Amino acid sequence: MTNHFVDYQHTDVFLMIGSNSAENHPQSMRWIGKAKRNRGAKLIVVDPRLTKSTVYADIFARHRPGTDIPFLLGIMNYAIQNNLYHKEYVVNYTNASYLVNPEFGFNDGLFSGAGEKNGRVTYDKATWQYQKDGETIKKDPTLKHPNCVFQLLKKHVSRYDIKTVSNITGIPEDVYRKVCETFASTGAPNKSGNIIYAMGITQHTTGTQNVRAIAMLQLLLGNIGRPGGGVNAQRGESNVQGSTDLAMLSHLLPGYLGVPNATKHKNLQDYIERETPASGYWKNKPKFLISLLKAFYGQHAAKENDFCFDLLPKVDGKNRTHMGIFQEMMAGNIKGFLAWGQNPAVGGPGASYERKAMEKLDWLVVVDLFETETAAFWHAPGVNPQNINTEVFLLPAAFSYEKQGTVTNSGRWIQWRYQAVNPPGEAKSDLWIADRLFKAIRKEYQSGGRFPDPILKMNWDYDIPGHDEPDVEKVAVEINGYEIGKNEPLDSFGKLKDDGSTACGMWIYTGYMAVDKDLNVPNCKRRSREDSGLGSFLKYSFSWPLNRRIIYNRCAADMDGNPWDPERALFKWDGNKWICHDVPDFGGGKPPRESGAAPFIMLPEGHGRLFASGPVDGPFPEHYEPMESPTENIISKQQAAPCANVFKGDWAKLAELGDPNYPIVATTHRTIEHYQSGAVTRSCPTLAEIGPYMYVSVSEELAKEKGIKPGDDVWVETARGKIKCKASVLPVVKPLIVNGRKVEIVGMPWCFGYQGIVTGPVANDLVPAVGDGNTSIPESKAFMCNIRKA
Amino acid sequence: MFAAPAAASEVQTAANGNLAAKLTKLKETFTVCSYCGCGCGILLYSDGERIVFAEGDPDHPINEGTLCPKGNGIIDVYNVVNRKHKRRIINPRRITKPLYRAPGAAQWQEISWDEALARIAKRIKKTRDETFEEKDKNGITVNRTTAIGALGSASLDNEENYLLHKMFRALGIINMEHHARL
Repeated sequence: MTNHFVDYQHTDVFLMIGSNSAENHPQSMRWIGKAKRNRGAKLIVVDPRLTKSTVYADIFARHRPGTDIPFLLGIMNYAIQNNLYHKEYVVNYTNASYLVNPEFGFNDGLFSGAGEKNGRVTYDKATWQYQKDGETIKKDPTLKHPNCVFQLLKKHVSRYDIKTVSNITGIPEDVYRKVCETFASTGAPNKSGNIIYAMGITQHTTGTQNVRAIAMLQLLLGNIGRPGGGVNAQRGESNVQGSTDLAMLSHLLPGYLGVPNATKHKNLQDYIERETPASGYWKNKPKFLISLLKAFYGQHAAKENDFCFDLLPKVDGKNRTHMGIFQEMMAGNIKGFLAWGQNPAVGGPGASYERKAMEKLDWLVVVDLFETETAAFWHAPGVNPQNINTEVFLLPAAFSYEKQGTVTNSGRWIQWRYQAVNPPGEAKSDLWIADRLFKAIRKEYQSGGRFPDPILKMNWDYDIPGHDEPDVEKVAVEINGYEIGKNEPLDSFGKLKDDGSTACGMWIYTGYMAVDKDLNVPNCKRRSREDSGLGSFLKYSFSWPLNRRIIYNRCAADMDGNPWDPERALFKWDGNKWICHDVPDFGGGKPPRESGAAPFIMLPEGHGRLFASGPVDGPFPEHYEPMESPTENIISKQQAAPCANVFKGDWAKLAELGDPNYPIVATTHRTIEHYQSGAVTRSCPTLAEIGPYMYVSVSEELAKEKGIKPGDDVWVETARGKIKCKASVLPVVKPLIVNGRKVEIVGMPWCFGYQGIVTGPVANDLVPAVGDGNTSIPESKAFMCNIRKA
Repeated sequence: MFAAPAAASEVQTAANGNLAAKLTKLKETFTVCSYCGCGCGILLYSDGERIVFAEGDPDHPINEGTLCPKGNGIIDVYNVVNRKHKRRIINPRRITKPLYRAPGAAQWQEISWDEALARIAKRIKKTRDETFEEKDKNGITVNRTTAIGALGSASLDNEENYLLHKMFRALGIINMEHHARL
């Protein structure tokens, strides 16, 4: 989230798309309620289903799964055509005025530079670049030049008029026009619009471009970096923000540093030269990487040996994301697997394939609270344990309040939580398990082995004499960063060095363990409600980076330093200095014209990107149908996402367009009673009792047609498999008119499995193994199925 | 951290100090909810062995004392009420000992931590040593194994994920993912 939950009180119009906050992020709904009551805010909810959130909406737009891009681009088109965008913001804070290579073009669904490799479109991005005069980017602040970003955007989105969007999405024209009017009203300089999203946006083959479309709409309306605005990805787990920051991901090191890649980085110098931009805050990248290497390899890391850069494993260019890993497992290329606090047997796309892949393992280690479906894959229903030769270890872990440490919420607040009780029986904290396991591995390597250096040279010293638990505060200080030879946690990543004199596990958290001088506790342990009136709560916990509550916050004021709305003044230049209600990201001393020249500090060009050459699949979002779709793409002849990642095997089998066996659109969702795959909550009696059954939501029309009554058992079938569950027949889903034809939609929660107090079939067994071209996030939110009475 | 329980003092005030509320005997612990990404503050009340109840922290800026059904049910993970004896017992579904399942076996067997860690370490070493690549085919130093996969977790604390990251990279693991990819 660029903003945070308490800040929602300042919003004028909420656009909630691909998120059911009332069930899955109930606090966000409470703050939306405050904004509605106190400032008359409007709530637009866009969802294929009538949810608990839609009930609270001023406008409910029921759209077909997989049509978010036309929906969002259509609002941009409306705002541009009707002159409702935030002109001053767009001219000064975005790249709207930049001139793009005149060769850039777009034709019938594909951008210039399209080529083909292994049946997939790959782009040469040469024409997606800015025009330059030496090192200076050419601009036209009048926004009239035909090659300027604004004109290119205007032309691109002009195809998404209200009628076309209505045809694709299934939203009636009058409802969609109302959406456009209402959300585009936040283009007025003194209004704030807030876009809230979750997995309904990301779990598509166009997921990255869905998010891009949200960010672009917010730039166009001047809604980023200011109170009540923002691009707010509401995250699904208590610490998924933190675990993402800490890069439990194949392509990253902690703090969003790219992982070394054998095809690009021979050595440290190569990495630094290729990955460090000349301008923008990332020009400090070498300081962050070398401080990370010092945290990892301690005294072994020295200038002479590239700070042990070579000890980090380098990736090989193969897809090592979730689906890529399970495909490799099925192929027999992965022998051992550690499933630490995750349950892919239920949560993974094509989950039945993933369970099958686990049978190929020599050994599997599961670390969890309960015997999850992943731990129990070898005795799942229909599986004969005798046929499975995998050795399985199940290690009992401690729950959140049976240990201490920090978690980072969606709004980037890092909070310390304390231990209430000891873990039951012999269960141990994950910190203890990681520590002891690594020590056990080291012991094995004392007597030799293949290249033991990375293991033996890893800095690992967290013992407290006389204590069983490792020193969690010491780990935290290492993440925070310190000067070598001093134990003081640093208070700013501005103090990190690239000469080996500082160590820092993850630069973006620097300051979270620094001691607050007034409260005398580390920043992440602060619990003071002191506030200057806007709800920034700067003395409550620590918000990365540098306790900043709203990022890109220079945009909260105009070029002269006046807040867009005096009632919600995050910053104001009084002629000599800034009056601040947040931590500025523009250096508190810089006068407004200077700091306003490059407010998007992380980007080399310093301006928000309405046009971006980063994504593999285009500088603008474009509508493509989901890989499985009920209709041809009416906006171009390119049917599906041209750069999507398609995997191999049964789990990637797709229904052809128009296949009469699979005429119904399916989507998945969560419920308030269960958390994720249900691995924890289905073993909790109170939650199991209120969320007992797996079900599929079917429209009243479809139920009538198929002779299904509420509570009947039904089969849901896809090209990958089928599951049996109960039918819920309510106006939760309704058929939509798409391109003139009626399309039925069904929805299924994905929180059930075969373990726990309450059990049910796994919805993810039905999801195809196809993923976004940039991220490989699976397309769980739009696929085709059929349904019949069991 | 263990200040007088807020709820208990409210009860005491309401009863003009005459009521010896059960809560005053309990330890109050601040925690952050383990479920969604809202980050609600929760106060837990325990007697050392059992958690008696949970309430939304009224002083927390985000949830201001409120909680959703999952947050309200958070103590179930640790202890539940035994319906027969009407007493709180450890959630019987929790795994409380390391378990091992041998190839082809139909049952788990309990093993000690020392045994479990030593055996896992041997498996990791064997797989790593058999598959480790110091250099790739172009002669670039890569120091990796592609034969081990690992998932970290959005349910773990930051400090725990950090140690996992260090351990996995030390082993040369590049097949490393978690919830954020899904």
